[in-house]
Amino acid sequence: MSSQPRATRSQPRPNWVSTRNPCKACAPLGAALVMRGIEGALPFLHGSQGCATYMRRYLISHFREPMDIATSGFSEATTIFGGEKNLRQGLDNVTSQYHPALIGIATTCLTETIGEDMHGMLHQYRALPGEVDDPLLVHVSTPAYSGTHIDGFNDAVRAVVEQLAEAGHAPSAYLDNFVNVFPGLVSSEDLRFLKEVCADFALPATLFPDYSETLDGPSMEIYKKIPEGGTSLAALRATPAARASIELGRTLRQKRTAASFLQERFSVPAKRIGLPIGINESDIFFAAMEKLSGHKTPEKYTRERGRLVDAYVDGHKYLFGKRALVIGDEDMVVGLTSFLAETGVLPVLCASGGKSGAFARSIAEVTTHLREPAIVREGVDFMTIAEELALKDLKPDFVIGSSKAAKLARTLGVPLIRVGFPIHDRIGGQRILHLGYRGAQQLFDLVVNTLLEVKQDSNSIGYSYL
Amino acid sequence: MADILRERERQVYRKGGQQPFQLDCEKQSAAGSVSQRACVFCGSRVVLYPIADALHIVHGPIGCASYTWDIRGALSSGPELHRLSFSTDLQEMDVVQGGEKKLYAGLCELIDAHQPKAAFVYATCIVGVIGDDVEAVCKRVSLEKGIPVLPVHSEGFKGTKKDGYRAACDALLKLVGTGSTESVTPHSINILGDFNLAGETWMIRDYYKRMGVEVVSCITGDGRVDEIRRAHGAALNVVQCSGSMTHLAKQLEEKYGTPFIRVSYFGVEDMSKSLYDVARHFKDKEMMKRTQAMVREELERSIPQLADYKRALTGKRAAIYVGGAFKAFSLVAALRHLGMTTVMVGSQTGNKDDYEQLRELCDEGTIIADDSNPLELSSFLEEKDVDVFIGGVKERPIAYKLGIGFCDHNHERKEALAGFEGMLNFAREVYSSVMSPVWRLTPRRRGSNLEVVK
Repeated sequence: MSSQPRATRSQPRPNWVSTRNPCKACAPLGAALVMRGIEGALPFLHGSQGCATYMRRYLISHFREPMDIATSGFSEATTIFGGEKNLRQGLDNVTSQYHPALIGIATTCLTETIGEDMHGMLHQYRALPGEVDDPLLVHVSTPAYSGTHIDGFNDAVRAVVEQLAEAGHAPSAYLDNFVNVFPGLVSSEDLRFLKEVCADFALPATLFPDYSETLDGPSMEIYKKIPEGGTSLAALRATPAARASIELGRTLRQKRTAASFLQERFSVPAKRIGLPIGINESDIFFAAMEKLSGHKTPEKYTRERGRLVDAYVDGHKYLFGKRALVIGDEDMVVGLTSFLAETGVLPVLCASGGKSGAFARSIAEVTTHLREPAIVREGVDFMTIAEELALKDLKPDFVIGSSKAAKLARTLGVPLIRVGFPIHDRIGGQRILHLGYRGAQQLFDLVVNTLLEVKQDSNSIGYSYL
Repeated sequence: MADILRERERQVYRKGGQQPFQLDCEKQSAAGSVSQRACVFCGSRVVLYPIADALHIVHGPIGCASYTWDIRGALSSGPELHRLSFSTDLQEMDVVQGGEKKLYAGLCELIDAHQPKAAFVYATCIVGVIGDDVEAVCKRVSLEKGIPVLPVHSEGFKGTKKDGYRAACDALLKLVGTGSTESVTPHSINILGDFNLAGETWMIRDYYKRMGVEVVSCITGDGRVDEIRRAHGAALNVVQCSGSMTHLAKQLEEKYGTPFIRVSYFGVEDMSKSLYDVARHFKDKEMMKRTQAMVREELERSIPQLADYKRALTGKRAAIYVGGAFKAFSLVAALRHLGMTTVMVGSQTGNKDDYEQLRELCDEGTIIADDSNPLELSSFLEEKDVDVFIGGVKERPIAYKLGIGFCDHNHERKEALAGFEGMLNFAREVYSSVMSPVWRLTPRRRGSNLEVVK
């Protein structure tokens, strides 16, 4: 983009040293989520027992699914003498209990601080005489004192691809005509949607991570130690043979991502586009799909788009000029902001606990038609946002974002529309569809109806028609 | 049957087998076992969390603060400072250069902004490694701001959740004894180890009030700093959740000569017994009479309703997995009261005596497990064909995935389950899960139902 970004750039953070009501989780959580998206894999944290338990609980409360995360369970002695013994014992026990095809190991702040040599320790461990079906081991460095759960997520995607990619390898089912799709942290429903789109375009795809089934599976009669589903190891080995990679997320730009690794190392062209939320971003996505597959967008989707435009028209008056606070993970906020802005909503403040450095520019790119640019804040917490709203008298009509914004919305006396991650106080966060025209249709109806409900409930008339 | 790790074989026991009773416990969780336990920090945070007019700041990277923000259902009748999440959010440079400056600045700004009565500073894993002198920072801020600023030595790796309880009790001990006990009456108690989940402490307080017992401090439920400071004036410490608070009670006995008794507020039998035990302690005939009258009144109200639930629930099978074993005793009794059998019971932190008592309490064939994990728990549920699993949020998806009912009896619960009224709520909770028609549609139950249709 040649013109200057129009959104207000992040200003120096007010003088708060502490973080008050955080708008982020720590990096290993994102990594554990990625590992759950590999077929037959078990996430493993190298660190204290509590990390695994807290992250399990955080993820369980969102997905409402079993989420086993193993740990090396550091003790005081482990911290002093190093964690190799615990790591080995932990890997042995996980192998004998779960029989995983892969163990996805992430570090924690503790093990990063004491400087554990994961590479060396895992190399040594692999060299030990073992069984034929010993699991593959991949590891990612996720020091919790650096970045957020989103950084942990993206770093884990890259680490897994780096460590499993084999040149000249392609799973026979895919031939050599497939693409890699790196969706970022989206819902299980979003992942199912992406798979459906690829299938409808007759475009073989490796979607990674894929927790569409592992974290939203059916009721079982017998407990599955590792739930079915996930990106297959064969597909992960074959990523260098793809025709191209698509990664979703405009704020990824400054990161060394899985797609950029495959481009540099194996010359797999990388296409980076925003999360396809709303019509404009979905148009870019479907155009990319057309180009990659060589097929026109199936009528199913053009009709979805048509209905969506029709719905935008039907609902435009309810939304025009309504003021929104958009808050959550950076790429989710960018996508939501693009969607809201194209419907006539005014995103007054776009905020995230993440700090990619590309947030303000990304927001600017998707809101070029806005007469009043949104204020953009990266690396902020909920109390700072509340203070800024008050200070600038921003008066949002609604908040849209994760359930962690519930307290703030309650204080403001406006509705919170729960989307993205995490959603801890409602059921079905994993089944929210954000992506594509279909996702935008659901979001649009939700936003309009939420505002209509306010209109209806906030007076004594109780309209019968709106 | 369950696939149990070799290291854990002695932590699972089946009553009625030939083997003599032996259950290993109070061990560090085996690496890779996917324990349901958390860490030292969790133990401390759990105990101190409900002190509502204190500032709680987590010193470390952001995760520990994020994962414990407003995590519990501990209600406050006034200030709600405990429901906010504060962290020093240590970054890479802080790890390199030390976090003391950031802690000092963070504490000062937060104390200025919120005017708390005291501050608790939780040290997390890496604070113990980078060598921050948390104690010194706390001392300095305490002098400058004129409130107690208490370090909590809760580095996650320094033991188990129980060590975290201890660290929290040690911090509390520094507060107790610093306030005036002038107006405290002879028939007075402290309530230890009730966390006012869904307002339970308020119900318990009301019972004591009707008995004529003064409650000096609830310490951990709807807690207030000034009340804790004068807690040493109470004549008796009444300890629930013995795993977390016995250390404090023992220390208070040693330091101030205050005796303590253990109680449980779960289930009508244990609830009644607890109140009688307190009345008996004060050797006051009038108080005993008042207590008897109150218990009678409460039972007359609840027993007929409980009988209704019992008719529906008789013969159903329950499994229990909770944090402290003490709660499990009451749950086994409460379930029996509802006509139900406990076929599996376990805890994260029980000790030898706890498990011995559980063994005595349980029927033949019951599985008793210490520090269990999802694979064991799921296999127990399958093997024993359980109708309802009682546990916390981490246990919930294990039950639900298998099409089994569930009752949340952990810190996140929104229903008051203590006291006479709480027993009714508990019965209703169990009933509304066990009797739901949804199980008929699950693969687990569908088979048998189809046969019935044929």
